[in-house]
Amino acid sequence: MGVLTDDDPRATAKPPSAITKRAQRVWSCWPAPTDRTDSMALLSAITSLANPSRFASFADRALPWAAGVTAVLFAAALYLALFVAPPDYQQGETVRIMFIHVPSAWLAMFAYVLMAAASLGVLIWRHPIADVSAKAAAPLGAAFTFLALATGSLWGKPMWGAWWVWDARLTSFLILFLMYLGLMALRSAMEEPSRAAKACAILTLVGSVNIPIIKFSVDWWNTLHQPASVIRAGKPTMDASILIPLLVAALAFTALFTTLHLAGMRTELIRRRLRTLRLTTAARATLSPEPAE
Amino acid sequence: MTGPHAAFIIASYAIAFTVIAGLILWTVADWRLTRRALAELEARGGRRRPDGGRT
Repeated sequence: MGVLTDDDPRATAKPPSAITKRAQRVWSCWPAPTDRTDSMALLSAITSLANPSRFASFADRALPWAAGVTAVLFAAALYLALFVAPPDYQQGETVRIMFIHVPSAWLAMFAYVLMAAASLGVLIWRHPIADVSAKAAAPLGAAFTFLALATGSLWGKPMWGAWWVWDARLTSFLILFLMYLGLMALRSAMEEPSRAAKACAILTLVGSVNIPIIKFSVDWWNTLHQPASVIRAGKPTMDASILIPLLVAALAFTALFTTLHLAGMRTELIRRRLRTLRLTTAARATLSPEPAE
Repeated sequence: MTGPHAAFIIASYAIAFTVIAGLILWTVADWRLTRRALAELEARGGRRRPDGGRT
């Protein structure tokens, strides 16, 4: 923390002259690495963010920037999706639903992968921020999964003639939504945070088997859903006039997820501090009651 | 965004807007309520340690 010096690896990693004073404050919040090599310095900086108060300080400073980037990306994505991208030669104007549906589906799976990684952090390394991250990601993942299911249904009706079909991709995605709801219900049903963290981490890891099933369901089984057209072996099958707006929309959704996840983690850290204070206050009141008049 | 399927497109964007706006509002409200609760508890003298954590 503090002023950057010439010896500080951060001073050479980013050019301070090219960023504003506010950005410098955000950057200087990143803990000063003490090791000499770049990789060790980065590892040291990331590890030091495991300190909850240091993480909260970083989130305080980074959130306005993340929100600003998200707003700009969404403005660009909406403009490209609604006014620049041409109608598809087969699907016509309904292809515009794809600019919401596909990024939502990607983020729904990304959030679960993040939760699975955080669960490993809970169970193996007992990382203090890992469970905070997993808890904050669950409602976001559920919301994006719901959005993917709802927009997929609205896209399926005019293209397939059905709101819903029980094919492998749709069913596995519905299971993902139920997994999110189950994880949130399990966590809220357990009073003790450390027990809830372990139980949710185990259930998250068990449920992570569904992620490759979702991804490869369109290859393993005959489904109504189209196969992968962007993330696949070889180059994307989409024309650039559709692909670029889709990638910008995906960036916007990713920025939104990052912002909300950071904000959710910051709130969760305060909630845990609040719980500790309440327990401490209650215990102190029990041990040393007010003397009778 | 015209044509026979305009209603499906508009409904998709409306749902997306509603869900995203709901997420943002819920995140902000949760942050404010939690922070306020912590501030109230600290104002009433709630500390993790009797000296307020100064030692």
